[in-house]
Amino acid sequence: MSTAVKTQKLTMVQAITDAMATMMREHDDILVLGEDVGKNGGVFRATDGLEAEFGEKRVIDTPLAESGIIGTSIGLAMNGFRPIAEMQFLGFIYPAFNQIMTHASRIRSRTLGTFTVPMVIRAPFGAGVRAPEIHSDSVEALFTHMPGIKVVIPSNAYDAKGLLIASIEDPDPVLFLEPMRCYRSHKLEVPEEKYTVEIGKGARLQEGDDITLIAWGAMVDVIKKAAKEIEEEEGIHCDVLDLRTLYPMDRDLIAESVQKTGRAVIVHEAPGTGGVGNDVVSLINDTSFLYMRAPIKRVTGHDTPVPMCAIEDDYLPNADRVKQAIIETVRF
Amino acid sequence: METQFPMKQILNEDGIVVNSEYESQMTEELTKELYVMMLRARMFDRKSVNLQRQGRIGTYVPFEGQEAAQVGSSLVLEEGDWMFPTYRDHGATLTYGHSARNLFLYWKGYPMGCVPPEGKNIFPPAVPIASQLLHATGAAWAEQMKGTDRGSIVYFGDGATSEGDFHEGLNFASVYNAPVVFFNQNNGFAISVPTEKQMKSKTIAQKAVAYDIPGVRLDGNDIFVVYFETKKAMDRARRGEGPTLIEAVTYRYGAHTTADDPSKYRDQEESKRRRETTDPLLRLERYLQNKGYFEESWKAQVEEEITKEIEKAVEDMEAYGPAEPSDMFTHVFETPTWSVQDQYDAFKARVKEEV
Repeated sequence: MSTAVKTQKLTMVQAITDAMATMMREHDDILVLGEDVGKNGGVFRATDGLEAEFGEKRVIDTPLAESGIIGTSIGLAMNGFRPIAEMQFLGFIYPAFNQIMTHASRIRSRTLGTFTVPMVIRAPFGAGVRAPEIHSDSVEALFTHMPGIKVVIPSNAYDAKGLLIASIEDPDPVLFLEPMRCYRSHKLEVPEEKYTVEIGKGARLQEGDDITLIAWGAMVDVIKKAAKEIEEEEGIHCDVLDLRTLYPMDRDLIAESVQKTGRAVIVHEAPGTGGVGNDVVSLINDTSFLYMRAPIKRVTGHDTPVPMCAIEDDYLPNADRVKQAIIETVRF
Repeated sequence: METQFPMKQILNEDGIVVNSEYESQMTEELTKELYVMMLRARMFDRKSVNLQRQGRIGTYVPFEGQEAAQVGSSLVLEEGDWMFPTYRDHGATLTYGHSARNLFLYWKGYPMGCVPPEGKNIFPPAVPIASQLLHATGAAWAEQMKGTDRGSIVYFGDGATSEGDFHEGLNFASVYNAPVVFFNQNNGFAISVPTEKQMKSKTIAQKAVAYDIPGVRLDGNDIFVVYFETKKAMDRARRGEGPTLIEAVTYRYGAHTTADDPSKYRDQEESKRRRETTDPLLRLERYLQNKGYFEESWKAQVEEEITKEIEKAVEDMEAYGPAEPSDMFTHVFETPTWSVQDQYDAFKARVKEEV
């Protein structure tokens, strides 16, 4: 980073607000809409201050209706605006699933590009913050399976701003998932100016030769912790990847890493069956089968609804489960 | 409630004017245009059913009987307005300027069929039920924010009023005062389920009360009332006075699609009787005759012109050539992702090998 760039120390949720404000100052056609996004600034304060700066015509408190928010955003998007629609929690997106699956994701395709839907859907997600039932679901796989929509998940403040700006600039619909556990877990220096982090590119957070650890969202902190501890305890050196985008996935980064280490553990908090981890396994098979020295392991949430918060820690993958998987893989 | 939403009518079944409110505007020129456009819609529909029977297009969704509702409402639109049809509204899209060739291509399964002529804001037919009401609201809201006097019209059937998106659409439009006309064609059946099993309310128009917007119930087979009342609603929207819910009570003579058999769920005698009583074309023809505007030779000439137009569209459809499989890959995103591109490349290689 050049020394000329002015930065400020921000939490991830502040960086998300900053991304929207940065873009809204530049472009009048960007709207923010959702439940409680105006006066209240969003239940997580992600839109804090935006209504004060941009007015209630651009930061819109909508009726409480998820399908309505997405459906009207589709109409706005194809008629000249760039809506950023907030779902209060990803677990509340189910009523809007129809709008996303049957319209937002396929209008470009159905009309051979005549109508397009340049919109962003933002949604907090994930367990571990002691939220009530349904609020904590990780259903990213529902959307990576959906043709015509990109799925982006930052794990830190710097990436969050750059990825959200890239998502707003993207000509296609983007689902931007915000791990609640990362909202305020740490601060990073974030440039005040506009910058982008490319959609579809993952990040290598740590170099290591023995095994590749792959995660996204809140699980990135879990694999970082596991990598640190396993190095100290067992002398195992991990290559640590944050995928950042689940669709399209960074095939090259994954292939390059596993071809070096010959081993991989994939960690996600969503249920294992039908989870995005399976796509990573499949991608490794396609690109790197002959390099592998052990079967690929997945550490995931269970095939159960995310439980109520008194037992959610028993649901979530943690560093101990990841370390166990690392040891089994390395000693295979 | 039903008495608060009486069915408005201008022209009764015998072609007699029963409401003189708009009589000064019911010129010979307008009347003939309405008739020609209805005839065109009907001939298009019949041709489509025949093409399906001959295997020249796939499953088709007929609308015969609903011409007044579709033509009368769409003829009030102006350049730049938005239209959100369902899969049964070709009469409306054709009238608003969709290409007949592309409508045939749609039912032949060609992606090109969803593409309207340049500059025509006609959305592809909504296949899920009621979801398009929200798109119409969003597009209209956008026009309002841009400060234009354009608006949206959105079509949906009686079954759609049971869906959540119907209510969300009306609610959003009401809250934002969006320039939308919600145009319901109550044809009495959601595939096989009659209205009385769909809802307890006697009218659809009355549902507008909950959203504090005007609700109007029309004889949907009377093209005059459809035309003038839709125009009134659209003008209201253009003036910034917000959305309107219109219920046009009509009837489809045929099946839900060419793949089902209506005799299983309703009395076929009713359809026969309807053709002779409530039919929108016959009614307007009677009016034209009463006014002395109608001559058989004129009708024959009009029919001939429409036949030529439709035959040409069929010819163009059949001359269009094979569908382009690359369309499947090249429009998923503005720039294909690697997985789409890889699959496209593999597809191309496979096709090349086979040739």
